[in-house]
Amino acid sequence: MNTILIVAEHRDGKLNPATAKCVSCARVIGGAIRVLVLADRTGAIASEAARLDGVDKVLTVERAENAHALAAVLAPQVAAAARDCTHLLAPSTTFGKDLLPRVAALLGVAQVSDIMAVDGAHAFQRPIYAGNAVLHVEAPADAVVIGSVRVASWPAAATAAQTAPIEALALAVELPTHTRFIELRQGKNDRPDLQSARRVVSGGRGVGSAEHFAIIFKLADRLGAAVGASRAAVDAGYVPSDMQVGQTGKIIAPELYVAIGISGAIQHLTGIKDAGTIVAINKDAEAPIFEVADFGLVGDLFKIVPELEQALG
Amino acid sequence: MKILVGYKRVVDYNVRIQVKPDGSGVVTEGVKQSANPFDEIALEEALRLREKGLAADVIVVGIGPADLTPHLRNGLAMGANRAIHVVSAGAVQPLTAARVLLKLVEREQPGLVILGKQAIDDDNNQTGQMLAALWGRPQATFASRVEVSGDVARVTREVDAGLEVLEIDLPAVITTDLRLNEPRFIKLPDIMKAKSKPIETIELAALGVESGDYLRATATAPPPRRQKGVMVKDVPELVAALKAKGLL
Repeated sequence: MNTILIVAEHRDGKLNPATAKCVSCARVIGGAIRVLVLADRTGAIASEAARLDGVDKVLTVERAENAHALAAVLAPQVAAAARDCTHLLAPSTTFGKDLLPRVAALLGVAQVSDIMAVDGAHAFQRPIYAGNAVLHVEAPADAVVIGSVRVASWPAAATAAQTAPIEALALAVELPTHTRFIELRQGKNDRPDLQSARRVVSGGRGVGSAEHFAIIFKLADRLGAAVGASRAAVDAGYVPSDMQVGQTGKIIAPELYVAIGISGAIQHLTGIKDAGTIVAINKDAEAPIFEVADFGLVGDLFKIVPELEQALG
Repeated sequence: MKILVGYKRVVDYNVRIQVKPDGSGVVTEGVKQSANPFDEIALEEALRLREKGLAADVIVVGIGPADLTPHLRNGLAMGANRAIHVVSAGAVQPLTAARVLLKLVEREQPGLVILGKQAIDDDNNQTGQMLAALWGRPQATFASRVEVSGDVARVTREVDAGLEVLEIDLPAVITTDLRLNEPRFIKLPDIMKAKSKPIETIELAALGVESGDYLRATATAPPPRRQKGVMVKDVPELVAALKAKGLL
């Protein structure tokens, strides 16, 4: 039988919802599901993990060195814990992306990145070319399968009626000191994070200037949405590059995406193809963005956007 | 200090990807190829460190078939001192790439290895982390700011929660995120100058690394298609449509 170990992601004593998504992926693979919590204080995080439906056991490694998720520090511990498992999973968030390949290399095995579907215990589907193609891969049956789980592809496991047992794990692993945490600076703005927002409003070159971008921000605030931009808008200097949505920017999957004054270059479309509903507002009826939009509205964005904002009030 | 930079050639980010009808891969024949955007950022960062006097030598490394030379020339034209071409008939998987880079690291003894956080073809996001593990050295992935002083680097990383700052001892591996810098354009005189810069060629097999296709690709398929939507005539109709879908 498979034994699947999931590395829990957490911060400030709380489990990240991405962990519950890994549990859903693990249930499709099938087997005994264990969640590994590495922290300086594991109590609350482990209890949360123990209540996820499908989890059979929670393993904890409580060490002062685990106060911050440093891949170089966590990887040897995860590698040691994974030795008797058939599968090791972590979310394909910046946490899992940083950690998992380091573990894979320590174990001398390959990694399947961004699992979007499971076809068997060793057969998976993953996006390549920014989601413009789907690769079907088979991992060797004689080695531990290491996979990062594409968060946008999986629902979060529900909370269970029962609580799984929690066990402390003793690992005799020496940890490096060559990597030191200094600080985490969290964005001060009140808007949701672009990467995880349920709603996103983006502006393109059609917005015309940095000043005019204010109408994009106003609409976003009315919707409680994060703000993005096309590469053209970033290149034109309207907004900083951390707002760029697209293949070389952020690849996002909000429930609602509103593209304003964005023509829809391929590199932008690849960044939004997993959005639930796409709304496009553009003066050019021939713009490629309308090919992918669920709802398209042709017209002057400087008339439409304020009107839309008012209609939402 | 030497800086080793990974410099991969990929299908240009502006190309519309076509999956081959037989599912054996994507069409790359006759398709525009260019440097992986994250690798260009890696090279730019290395060049800036050299221009600040913090590095002496910037070496670009490419792994790929014989026709990779013009691509490596671009890296030299951008400003690298020399190039190493590890000749391999096909693409290599990240674990092999990391093992190849480790061999070069052992030989060149760089103070920094800067790689793109991922290549925009296979989107694996693994090689830098794997190299750091095999090398037993620090990694700072998804870097948006790099400050080197003496034998430590302070790296700001773009993480989901915000910006994380790490201090790492050198030598180390850094992988680049989009915000780190804006790569320079190659100027004509630099292209001429690059012609006389050295490109060393090494056969992958001669490096003595364990290599292989650890993951077997069984098929490549087009992504699920989005259905074409509808055009609405005005704002009230749009709002009604979004409300009907439960989105407002």
